Amino acid sequence: MNIYVLMKRTFDTEEKITLSNGKINEDGAEFIINPYDEYAIEEAIQVRDAHGGEVTVLSVGNEETEKQLRTALAMGADKAVLINIEDDVEDGDQFTTAKILAEYLKDKNADLILGGNVAIDGGSGQVAPRVAEQLGIPYVTTITKLEINGTTATITRDVEGDSEVMETSLPVLVTAQQGLNEPRYPSLPGIMKAKKKPLDELELDDLDLDVDDVEAKTKTIELYLPPQKEAGKVLQGELADQVKELVSLLHTEAKVI
Amino acid sequence: MARKVVVLGEAREGQLRNVSFEAIAAAKTVAEGGEVVGVLLGESVKSLGNALFQYGADKVIVVEDAKLAQYTPDGFSQALMAVMEQEKPEGIIFGHTSLGKDFAPKIASKLGSGLISDAVAVEEAGGNLVFTRPIYSGKAFEKKIVTDGLVFATIRPNNIAPLEKDADRSGEVTTVTAEIKDIRTIIKEVVRKATEGVDLSEAKVVVAGGRGVKSEDGFEPLKELADVLGGAVGASRGACDADYCDYSLQIGQTGKVVTPDLYIAVGISGAIQHLAGMSNSKVIVAINKDPEANIFKVADYGIVGDLFEVVPMLTEEFKKLKVNA
Repeated sequence: MNIYVLMKRTFDTEEKITLSNGKINEDGAEFIINPYDEYAIEEAIQVRDAHGGEVTVLSVGNEETEKQLRTALAMGADKAVLINIEDDVEDGDQFTTAKILAEYLKDKNADLILGGNVAIDGGSGQVAPRVAEQLGIPYVTTITKLEINGTTATITRDVEGDSEVMETSLPVLVTAQQGLNEPRYPSLPGIMKAKKKPLDELELDDLDLDVDDVEAKTKTIELYLPPQKEAGKVLQGELADQVKELVSLLHTEAKVI
Repeated sequence: MARKVVVLGEAREGQLRNVSFEAIAAAKTVAEGGEVVGVLLGESVKSLGNALFQYGADKVIVVEDAKLAQYTPDGFSQALMAVMEQEKPEGIIFGHTSLGKDFAPKIASKLGSGLISDAVAVEEAGGNLVFTRPIYSGKAFEKKIVTDGLVFATIRPNNIAPLEKDADRSGEVTTVTAEIKDIRTIIKEVVRKATEGVDLSEAKVVVAGGRGVKSEDGFEPLKELADVLGGAVGASRGACDADYCDYSLQIGQTGKVVTPDLYIAVGISGAIQHLAGMSNSKVIVAINKDPEANIFKVADYGIVGDLFEVVPMLTEEFKKLKVNA
């Protein structure tokens, strides 16, 4: 089976966000594989181990993204492809990224494409369904279970707490929700092997795309941090009195009850 | 610039969701005096049309087909694209719900347009329509504009106030026909698990438990409190990882981001990853044994104490308040 995973490099979830000159300050920040993409990589590896084939991890990013791609290879993916847009695209949006990914994937005959259901930085969740639409294949988002039998996929997806069980034919694109699996940590032999696995680097030119083809449709005009919440009132006294006071405060002061 | 704006109404258990009315309010801003067109897709949805008029829609269109009884990207996109062809709108607004998140990128891709997801506000400023949306799960915000083509956005529930309901407003609901065929993802079964009670992302009150809750049974007092307040139960990653509850309840940078009027954090220490999912709630209450817990730094009100003592007392006290009200 020919399996592709869409991966994004993101800030670690434990990082605080600060701004410098109106941009997100990346100095010294830890970067990770977007946690939802980690589920996608794990699932891809499990599908390959059960059904055979090859897992290619694909990312649109910059030179730094190589590190996260190597981690994916160390987890067990077979190949990695970095589409480095650092020199070509200044302010891309989801339209941009999806167009590039779809252009790369259009002649790859993927049987299964996996991604995270959302990236924890931009948080739009658009790119994977856009890619499926451009490739003309169906998609199922926020999945918690995937079973493949021949060319049929039986998929459970999370819909605001309910579960939908879907059936579809390959090729299909799916996006991972938490609970799909437990991503493995790369083993030491895995890390050693990953160094020798192929990691191709491409640019827009290699895909026959012009900068104009991928020009963003939206633009960020300002970034800001939410106002710091001041620590509030920690109540004092007997517990029973604190509880009464709290209810009264919520009712009369905060007026939320 | 006056625009025609299409709003997708979303029904759940035969009722329109609040976010649909919020979407109409957002569409009014985007329309800048133009027409707001409510659209309903389903098997039998015509009767819901009136509510869209009452909350501000100027026109309502339905596409009805047995194949639209449940949402599928293929079925719904064929229906909506038929409406698009007839109406040729300059703007589209969906709710940023499970359906909206899944559906909007497909439509944006079909129309070759941009899409601003999960907006919490929209305003006209300096000749632009400016959308505000959280990034890094609310650790920061960005203001975004559309630079090319259609103004398409999904809006986060509970953030944009709906217009006041006008019971006298009404209009004619018109039908667009579309051929719905070749649905590639077939829904075999829907298993409801969290539907007892209120949906987490739309709840006005959230009672969330962390590792301090200690077990699955430990969530019972939290459920009772949530019930009294008409709210929903949520959880931290710690509680989910420890298997005290289902991942669908997780609030945080991985998990759901919620902005209720009242968030009660019970036995939650307040890791950065959790704070990202709830710190924009209007009022935050923290209940924790540890006076040094990080959660107290973002809480408006805190009680230091054993949650198994405090939570039942709180439930009783709210019950009394309700009886007196």
